[in-house]
Amino acid sequence: MLDAADLTALWLTLRVASLATVLMLLLGTPLAWWLARTRSRYQGMANALVALPLVLPPTVLGFYLLVLMGPNGPVGRLTTALGLGTLPFTFTGLVVASVLYSLPFVVQPLQTAFAAIGEQPLEAAATLRANPLDTFFSVAVPLAWPGFLTATILGFAHTVGEFGVVLMIGGNIPGRTQVVSVQIYNRVEALEYAKAHWLAGCLLLFSFVVLLLMYTVLKTRPSIPSR
Amino acid sequence: MIQAVTAQFQLDYGAFTLDAELNLPGSGVSVLFGHSGSGKTTLLRCMAGLQRAAQGYLAVNGEVWQDNEHRLFLPPHQRPLGYVFQEANLFPHLTVQGNLHYGLKRAKGSQVILDQAIALLSIGHLLTRKPERLSGGERQRVAIARALATNPKLLLMDEPLAALDWARKQEILPFLEKLHSSLAIPIVYVTHAADEVARLADYLVVMAQGRAIASGSLQETLARLDLPVQIGREAGVVLQAAIVEKDQQWQLARAEFPGGALWLRDDGFALGQAIRLRILAQDVSLALTPTQDSSILNSLFCTIEAFANGEHPAIKLARVAVGESRLLCRLTHRSVQQLGLAVGQSVWAQIKSAALVK
Repeated sequence: MLDAADLTALWLTLRVASLATVLMLLLGTPLAWWLARTRSRYQGMANALVALPLVLPPTVLGFYLLVLMGPNGPVGRLTTALGLGTLPFTFTGLVVASVLYSLPFVVQPLQTAFAAIGEQPLEAAATLRANPLDTFFSVAVPLAWPGFLTATILGFAHTVGEFGVVLMIGGNIPGRTQVVSVQIYNRVEALEYAKAHWLAGCLLLFSFVVLLLMYTVLKTRPSIPSR
Repeated sequence: MIQAVTAQFQLDYGAFTLDAELNLPGSGVSVLFGHSGSGKTTLLRCMAGLQRAAQGYLAVNGEVWQDNEHRLFLPPHQRPLGYVFQEANLFPHLTVQGNLHYGLKRAKGSQVILDQAIALLSIGHLLTRKPERLSGGERQRVAIARALATNPKLLLMDEPLAALDWARKQEILPFLEKLHSSLAIPIVYVTHAADEVARLADYLVVMAQGRAIASGSLQETLARLDLPVQIGREAGVVLQAAIVEKDQQWQLARAEFPGGALWLRDDGFALGQAIRLRILAQDVSLALTPTQDSSILNSLFCTIEAFANGEHPAIKLARVAVGESRLLCRLTHRSVQQLGLAVGQSVWAQIKSAALVK
């Protein structure tokens, strides 16, 4: 069965993933909108930067974050000067790292969904007196909702599943940075296979149910013709 | 207040240059006519502010919406205009009702005007449907009503019938004609279809290679000899006429136009009814005498005003005056020689057919 330490890890994981998902949607939506519509020559650069965590080993990302946010890194000096202390091995640090690590899983579905809308509905909205912000919320968001659904689920699930970045930036502090994936590792290290099974099974079930829900909803959504 | 639409736009895409100046009447339908690639849609998009021209000026009945020289550019959502796209472009996530209210709400338009538009376009029974469940013609009617609901000061229509088949087109044209007579605002209508020009236009602008090469009232512009070659085989004139006599025995009606009259098949006309007739140049031939031994019903006494070359060396176009009205006719170069036709000569124009356009 799950013991108190496992439940703490589960609860922490849920908090990190929820907070990170909200932050990723807030950051990722304008970023994806810009990437889908800009003709700037920096678009390629921005796309590559956002996609980097997809190909980098999490340890590489975790290492750089550790260096940047550590007491001698530029971000670390800034947060210390602001009286926030340093971020590594804290809940906040974990959330920040999760956001950077899972961002492509939020930005890419949104970017694809926004690009699929095309110019036409947006132009129609403009000729009906909707200003750009109004157009975004009244036309772009409703038309891109499958993208938002995919982005939310993938962002959340991916954050739940991270391990390498957590280990580098968060360590293994119960209640603060000890998330489920790390806890499973602890159980296996201690040869507590039965307990590892329970946690691993939870994650397996969770991931499967989430993906099943997503594909079911996306498949049964009313078809939206382009015009 | 100046009752006119003044537009002047310059735009350079390298392969395509737009350099057009328009002075359109402040009411009625002005048609921008030209082949694809002539710049008519680009010009319309510039007027809407959807396309930003390097140099531009636009004033609608005294209000300036764009004047690049004075750094004035109202973005599209600040221009009180209605825009009907080639494909209806309804919002797929909203019902017909939702689409109609989208602009109404934002433009603070009036429900009364929307109700009139709904009645005019006969879409009252579609309000709860989603656009995907409408036919192409219904979609376009909803799109027109949606534009009207914003109570615009200028209505721009970009080939609203081009994406529809012939039957759907016939379904919408009567609504457009009703629109024409019930709206006081200027309408700028883009098309490449000569039959739409004949039916809807009051004022005609002919576009080619990004320029407005001719403009004027429909009757004047269509009778210009320097243009029909560009309009091609559909060259012809439009006459505004009225029914003055009905012949019960032969089921014919006499339509009088400024300077003459024609006998037509009586399609149940009322005496005094105003109609528009389109006479194609290829349906008019010239004779030196008023021949009685021909099946042709209408033979009009006229004076040759000018000749022009057709699209082929064998073809000539002639413009003749029937009183104050003008007709175009297509004839062969050989006929001109053999009959000895010359400018100023009086001849008989035989009209094989006159199409009723409204």
